[in-house]
Amino acid sequence: MAAVLPSGGVSATPVAQRRSRTGYFLLLPGMAWLGIFFAIPFITLFVTSLQAPSPDAAGQFVPAFQVSNYAEAFLNYWPQFVRSLVYAGLATIFALLIGYPLAYFIAFRGGKWRGLLLVLVVAPTFASFLLRTYAWQTILSDNSPITQFLNFLHLLPDERILNTGIAVVAGLTYNFLPFMILPLYAALEKIDPRLIEAGSDLYASPVTTFRKVTWPLSLPGVVAGTLLTFIPAMGDYINAQLLGSTGDRMIGNAIQVNFIQFRDYPIASALSFILMAAILVLVFSYIRRAGTEDLV
Amino acid sequence: MNWLRKNLIAIIGILVLIYLFIPIAVIAVMSFNKPEGKFNISWNQFSTDAWQNLCGVPGVCDSFLVSIQIGLISTVVATIFGTMIAFALVRYRFRGRSSTNLLIFLPMATPEVVMGSSLLALFLNLRFPLGEVTVIIAHIMFIISFVVVTVKARLQGLDPRLEEAARDLYASPRATFRYVTLPLVLPGIIGAALLGFALSFDDFIISFFNAGTLVTFPIFIWGAAQRGIPVQVNALATLVFLVALVVVLTSQFVSYRRRKSLEILPEEDRSPATVDVMSRS
Repeated sequence: MAAVLPSGGVSATPVAQRRSRTGYFLLLPGMAWLGIFFAIPFITLFVTSLQAPSPDAAGQFVPAFQVSNYAEAFLNYWPQFVRSLVYAGLATIFALLIGYPLAYFIAFRGGKWRGLLLVLVVAPTFASFLLRTYAWQTILSDNSPITQFLNFLHLLPDERILNTGIAVVAGLTYNFLPFMILPLYAALEKIDPRLIEAGSDLYASPVTTFRKVTWPLSLPGVVAGTLLTFIPAMGDYINAQLLGSTGDRMIGNAIQVNFIQFRDYPIASALSFILMAAILVLVFSYIRRAGTEDLV
Repeated sequence: MNWLRKNLIAIIGILVLIYLFIPIAVIAVMSFNKPEGKFNISWNQFSTDAWQNLCGVPGVCDSFLVSIQIGLISTVVATIFGTMIAFALVRYRFRGRSSTNLLIFLPMATPEVVMGSSLLALFLNLRFPLGEVTVIIAHIMFIISFVVVTVKARLQGLDPRLEEAARDLYASPRATFRYVTLPLVLPGIIGAALLGFALSFDDFIISFFNAGTLVTFPIFIWGAAQRGIPVQVNALATLVFLVALVVVLTSQFVSYRRRKSLEILPEEDRSPATVDVMSRS
């Protein structure tokens, strides 16, 4: 990530990296901010997750080493964990299926309109995230054309979309789609079109050319895009809250309810910690398998 | 049939683009609705009431201004800090580079609910009162990484020959920075600031955890949902969308024009920036 320069010209070129105190001075304020308000909170989160209820005052917690909080959190909320994995996984797959053609189209057919098309991909995020999700309530409501059409084909198990898991997955797919498209585009745009031409010149069918040339070369974008979609989808609770029923709640809902409504800080912290650990394990094993270490 | 096969990818691409804009269309259309009951969910009757009276519902505009204020403060601070880090990463050698990179990457890979709740755990343990200050602290924290990534990409893309030329022409390091480096990196910094403001203005999850009783625009929407979201909210969101779109399209257009004007000049070593340096020294 850092070594952009040929090591030979370190002292000669003006962009050569200098070693001086200025570097540390430039890093200090920002990194201190991240250290205090991002890294340290993880420690307090961990400490809080081990706290026990205070014997004197109801609703207060005292420092302890109550590991059973983790067991309690997991036993009470494992369905939400599983559901988050499934919903976020499905949303990521759908976003990849929908996003790839658009990214491909912009990269190879966009021409001078590429910049404008990319703006159009990002533009929907300029409108409030919450309101866009509410808009899906209108679009997927029981008497909306799409629900009636799918019911006409007898495709809906509950004869409705809103307040089912389908609506939650649809909302997650929609909301995080731009995060899938942008890295896909960045990877596809770097591919030399001549490589794809060479494939067809050598009598490979379009499908084979895609499978053997385009897809492997776009893999870094696929990895980045799936991560950028999966991670926020996994932790999201807005879509489940607004589009799903109480039976479709995800782990984010459990964290939010325990922190803000029940004020059961140890359990909520334990849930947060488990979620973060699960995501880190998934992310790092995924990056290793996909072989793009330079993502970090 | 052949035509369809040739343009299939274009058709799918355009359909996906349309899909991305369906909810935006719904938000905009519903801003002209006169809802039958409290809930602005299904179409009833055309009306421009909300547009004529944008602040007509108590709290809407207050929360809107709170969000703008928080967005401006957090963006300025995070852009300065993030740009400094980006310069350090590209231009300086220092110990602990990999842990620095990790600490910048992690906030972008952490679900908002985890960041929001861990920060709340910190403030609760410190007995720090929740409000505008805690929300701004949180926003600066999660914007910094995005600024670093954006500015760093721009900085790495600079043609080293431009700064070399300035030095060859006896420009002092400070003049080189002021007249060459900064103007060239500025589009990246502005882009980062716009992104930061957008992230801050629209953030709900992290803000909700750390806001206490403070009401930002997204928190207002969330709270209003149970009673029915006022039509004014749709109008304001449509307005924000249009303003943002115009800003981004204008900047796209400007950079397109600049690239165009570059193409007129002969390829070798004669970008306007170099010419600019020459005329100054």
